[in-house]
Amino acid sequence: MTIRTSITVNGKDTSREVEARTLLVHYLREELGLTGTHVGCDTSNCGACTVLLDGEAVKSCTVFAAQIHDCNITTIEGAAQADGSFSPVQEGFRQEHGLQCGYCTPGMIMASTALLTENPNPTEEEIRHALEGNLCRCTGYEMIVNAVRWAAENPNFTSGGAK
Amino acid sequence: MIPAQFDYVEATSVADAIRLLAEHGDEAKLLAGGHSLIPLMKLRLVTPATLIDVTHIKELSYIKEDGNNIVIGALTRHRDIEESDLVKKHLPLVAHVAGEVGDPQVRNRGTIGGSLVHGDPAADLPAAALATGATMVIAGKNGERRISAQDFFVDFLETDVQPGEILVAIEFPKHTDAGWAYEKFVRRAMDYSIVGVALQLGAKPGVALVNMSNKPHLAVSASQAIGKGAAIADVLAVINDDTNPPEDLNATVEYRQHLARVLTQRAFATASK
Repeated sequence: MTIRTSITVNGKDTSREVEARTLLVHYLREELGLTGTHVGCDTSNCGACTVLLDGEAVKSCTVFAAQIHDCNITTIEGAAQADGSFSPVQEGFRQEHGLQCGYCTPGMIMASTALLTENPNPTEEEIRHALEGNLCRCTGYEMIVNAVRWAAENPNFTSGGAK
Repeated sequence: MIPAQFDYVEATSVADAIRLLAEHGDEAKLLAGGHSLIPLMKLRLVTPATLIDVTHIKELSYIKEDGNNIVIGALTRHRDIEESDLVKKHLPLVAHVAGEVGDPQVRNRGTIGGSLVHGDPAADLPAAALATGATMVIAGKNGERRISAQDFFVDFLETDVQPGEILVAIEFPKHTDAGWAYEKFVRRAMDYSIVGVALQLGAKPGVALVNMSNKPHLAVSASQAIGKGAAIADVLAVINDDTNPPEDLNATVEYRQHLARVLTQRAFATASK
C-alpha cells in the first residue's frame, strides 16, 4: 500500500507518495536525498539516525513517515544558522574535536541540540544522560561532552557567515 | 532492515479504533509510539497485514487526578509521565521508572499503553504498574472493563487484551509520601534490565521483578511479607518465590536470582533514604 505523506523538513514542505512501510530515515535519505542522517544499527539502539521531530530528538529508523504528516523535521542539513554559520553545537564539535570517524556525529549533534534547547546550561551528568541513546565507537565520549559544554558556554556563536 | 508490506489506516477516536479493529480482524495491530512494535516488524518477527495508527487520538494522552487515583491515558508518552508534577508527587516510582525506559529519543515517542500491552518481562513500566497495584482500563465494542495489573499480564508478550479491544487508560492508586525505589541492573545505559526491582512501600506495598519470569512478575510472597512488616531478611528469603528467570548470555538462572536478592536489598536501602 502506498500513502501520501507531507512533512516539513528543514523548513521546506515536502510531499511524497511512499509505501506505508517507509521509515522516516529512508524518506529523508532516499526520497529527499538528505543523506546526512545516518543508519547505524537499524535497531533503535545507536542514535545515529536522530533527528528533531517538532523540536524533540527521535530515532528516525523507528518512525514511519506516514505517521508524522504535517510535522516539522530538522536534520543535520538544517542545523546551521540562517547566515550559514555553524550552530553553536556544530562549532563545539569542531572546536573540541568531538568526532573521529564522524558516523555518529549527525545524531550526536541533533540530540545535543535538543538538550540545549530544553536545558541551556547542562551539567556533565545531564549531558551524559541526554546522550545515553547515542553510541560513539571512536571517542570514548569525553570530547563529545566537552563539545556540548562548549556550545552551552557559547550560545551566541557565529562565524559571520558560511565557511 | 525494512518491515514487510502492510496496509495503514489511521484511527481518529477510541470508537474509530474499535471499529477498525473489528473491520480488519486478527491480522491488524495497533500502532502507538511504535518503539516495541516497529523493531519487531523490522526483524520480521511480526508481520501484521494492517497497522491501525492510534497516535493521533488526542483523547488518550492525559494525566489526571481522580479521587484517590492518578489516571494516565494509554497514549501518554514516557517523557510526559517522567516530567509530570502530578505523577512525581503521588507516584514518584512511576515517574522515575518512566524516565528509565530506553533513552531520551525512545521516551519522546514511546507510550505507557504501548509498553504495557507489549507485555515484555524485561520492560520497566510493567514492573511499576505491578508494584503500585495499577488497574488497566480496556475498551471494546461492549464498553469498558477493568482488570488488575497482576491479572493483565498473561504470558510472554501476551496480555489480557482480547481481539477487538484497546487499552485506554491506567488507574494508579496514589502512593503519596511513601518510600519507593527502582533498581535496574544493566551493562549499558539504554539496555533492557538484566534484572530490575520496583519497590513500593507505604500502606499498599508491592515489589515487582523485571526479567525474572516469562511475564512481568509481581513477587506476591515478598509483597505480602512487606505488608505484614516482615524484616528485610525475611522478604529477601521469599523474593525469588515463583520466579522463572531466563538464562542467556548476560546471566544464568542462579545469577539472576542472586541479583534479585541484592537489588531488592538495595531497593530497601534507597527507599528508606
